[in-house]
Amino acid sequence: MTNLVEVRNLRIEATTDAGRVVEIIKGVSLDIADGEIVALIGESGSGKTTIALSLMGYARPGCRITGGEINVNGKNMAALSEKQRARLRGTDIAYVPQSAAASFNPSSTIMEQVIEVTRIHGLMSPEQARKRAVELFRALSLPDPEGIGARYPHQVSGGQLQRLSAAMALIGDPKLMIFDEPTTALDVTTQIDVLKAFKSVMRADGIAGVYVSHDLAVVAQIADHIVVLKGGEVQETGTTAQILSAAQHPYTRELLAAFEPKPRQAHADADAGTKELLRIDNVTAGYGAVRGDGLPIIRAVDSVTLVVEKGRNLGVIGESGCGKSTLARVIAGIHPAAAGDIVFDGKELERTAGKRSQDQLREMQIVFQYADTALNPAKPVEDIISRPLAFYHGLDRQARSKRVDELLDMVRLPRGLRYRRPSELSGGQKQRVNFARALAADPKLIICDEITSALDTVVAAAVIELLKELQRELGLSYIFISHDLSVVEAICDEIMVMYNGQRVEQITPDKLQAPTHPYSKLLFSSVPKLDPTWLDGLVRDPELVSQYGHR
Amino acid sequence: MARVAASRRSFLGHSYNLVGVVAALVILAWTLIAIFAPYIIPHSIGDIVDDDYFGPMRQGLWLGSDYLGRDMLSRVLMGARYTVGISLAAVAIACFSGVVLGMIAAVTRGWLDSCLSRFLDAMNSIPSKLFGLVVVAAVGSSIPALILTLAVIYIPGAYRFARALAVNINSMDFMTVARVRGESTAYLIGSEILPNIMRPVLADFGLRFVFIVLLLSGLSFLGLGLQPPLADWGALVRENIGGLPFAAPAVIIPSLAIASLTISVNLLIDNLPQKIRDRDA
Repeated sequence: MTNLVEVRNLRIEATTDAGRVVEIIKGVSLDIADGEIVALIGESGSGKTTIALSLMGYARPGCRITGGEINVNGKNMAALSEKQRARLRGTDIAYVPQSAAASFNPSSTIMEQVIEVTRIHGLMSPEQARKRAVELFRALSLPDPEGIGARYPHQVSGGQLQRLSAAMALIGDPKLMIFDEPTTALDVTTQIDVLKAFKSVMRADGIAGVYVSHDLAVVAQIADHIVVLKGGEVQETGTTAQILSAAQHPYTRELLAAFEPKPRQAHADADAGTKELLRIDNVTAGYGAVRGDGLPIIRAVDSVTLVVEKGRNLGVIGESGCGKSTLARVIAGIHPAAAGDIVFDGKELERTAGKRSQDQLREMQIVFQYADTALNPAKPVEDIISRPLAFYHGLDRQARSKRVDELLDMVRLPRGLRYRRPSELSGGQKQRVNFARALAADPKLIICDEITSALDTVVAAAVIELLKELQRELGLSYIFISHDLSVVEAICDEIMVMYNGQRVEQITPDKLQAPTHPYSKLLFSSVPKLDPTWLDGLVRDPELVSQYGHR
Repeated sequence: MARVAASRRSFLGHSYNLVGVVAALVILAWTLIAIFAPYIIPHSIGDIVDDDYFGPMRQGLWLGSDYLGRDMLSRVLMGARYTVGISLAAVAIACFSGVVLGMIAAVTRGWLDSCLSRFLDAMNSIPSKLFGLVVVAAVGSSIPALILTLAVIYIPGAYRFARALAVNINSMDFMTVARVRGESTAYLIGSEILPNIMRPVLADFGLRFVFIVLLLSGLSFLGLGLQPPLADWGALVRENIGGLPFAAPAVIIPSLAIASLTISVNLLIDNLPQKIRDRDA
């Protein structure tokens, strides 16, 4: 046996609630050498997490490993008993989950949870384990390595928690680490710290790794080999350089193409018809008790001013917690502003949606990030899309049905989907239905709140293309809120950078290379590039990082 | 996994199991009896047909006779009418008002929510039997009064339950979307929330039905329920309690009737058919 991990012809099946058997992994083979990091990449539902979990001999409820061998360190995980597997988990193989926040027990200290593995397997005394944990905290460049273990999970940030969960995995001295999308939920500025920490620890100890992700740029920074998956089958395998420079498979090319800068639609800048659609002046909004001056204690949005012109798009970008989503809710009237004016289409808008006229509500639609919660799970697609038609336009049943067909065509969904419920659609399809409902109102302005961030790269790119097309056809304006610079860059005419509730800069996409505000500089330089040497070569101004970066 | 799959069958796109079916059949049988009781009883419920009291089961008097020598079979069949009818009416009123109020409170929030919640919490703190006692003492015992009393007793529970469910749904983005669209409260509760809480609400309906059957039987046992010669199952148990030392069927049969109905409803709730929603189908 030459490789640490040798998976041969792995098959995993699942049983649906009708009793039908579905093959989710169809004969996958892959090798991982000692000290090598292999990335599993593919869209959601491609089986990447299922394969990663199977390396621990684990199949999620309803699934079973039905064929093939999973040799890890000379042992066939598929053939071992559950007891034998449990002995290997945490010592030979360790797992870092996607959401560290959901994986820590909120009611015990971090140190207790980090050294739990050594207690279960009887690896070392608690004193030794604590000492080792502090070493790991230091190696993962966590602040205050001596003291952080005494805190509770809610007292540290998301990026720190993710590194702490890596420490938890590393304490058993594993030969193989499995990372399941560990940075997907993090901001770009935080993601860099986490990636750097992971990479240096893995390299220093020569640990092999499996890195599951759908973000090719992140994978390019950390992986030696890339395995591209689709529909439970390996599409393409190669070294990172090979995949990035000479991808063979069409799906891989699609993934890569999603990173290429799109040709932007040309706007006649001196268009005589250009005029203001929305203007907000010095709007402040927030949460908590209201102080004497009528402003809330915690200001999520602090004196923000912005203008959206007819037929043009404004991007709002910033990290999580910077107030960009609150801004969207303030404009839509969901969260009333504490101060400031909102002028829409020449008329002053009430601060709360309930007091605005039906036409004002119709002309400004908001599309939310999570289509899962934005679509009523109990209703078929048809009902969801036709409600605005009945409500705003008073169409009868026949006219509605016809219009639903048109709208489904518009968002490139097959008409047959109208009878399905949201739970029976894919993520991209749900987001399209979500968008079709906004279009049904016949709006002038659509506020898109992170609408692509829950989607895979390829699907997100397709949604953005769709938005552009619809804009051309219908003359819409978008306010596009995102933490993903490449998405905003692709569609917006103006980009507003927000930090800590304030607007720090407003620039046009062609000037992205030369932001003037220091926070914009940090943010823009933190977006991962496809170049595998990018992370190692990245030098960030330490002063900037300490000022704006979160730990 | 395989065992579970084997014990469930499918029919019309729903999967169900045997326990649920048996329970449903028992409930159906009692419902039919409740509807058709006047046509199938062998004797009038007031007629004294036996020479002896607490008579044993025998031909002609299949379930024996009661403390006055009346036919037990007829009295149990007619009792089904009152027990099922009154309980059903009461539970329908209680759940409908409770669920509607709960959803309204969850959607509108603010002072209406606070007032409703506090008022119904106060109602909840009154012991149910005591409340029944007071009402019956005040307005006397009639079928409408009984139905209303039972309904009022169970409204706060239904309200709390529905409100807790609706508050969760209310925080979803599709509620925000509907609200920004300018939808009325009636649409929000009827069209957006209700379909999402229907299953738990139905389960709660069944559970509350059982509570009401038991409370009604309890009230009748205390003599506060239906007045003679009418008798629901609880009253039947009470008036025949003297037969206990003689092992008379007259006291056992109505008890079994109460047990069979309440247990069946419980079993049905736990084994409701599940719709098969196959993602790839």
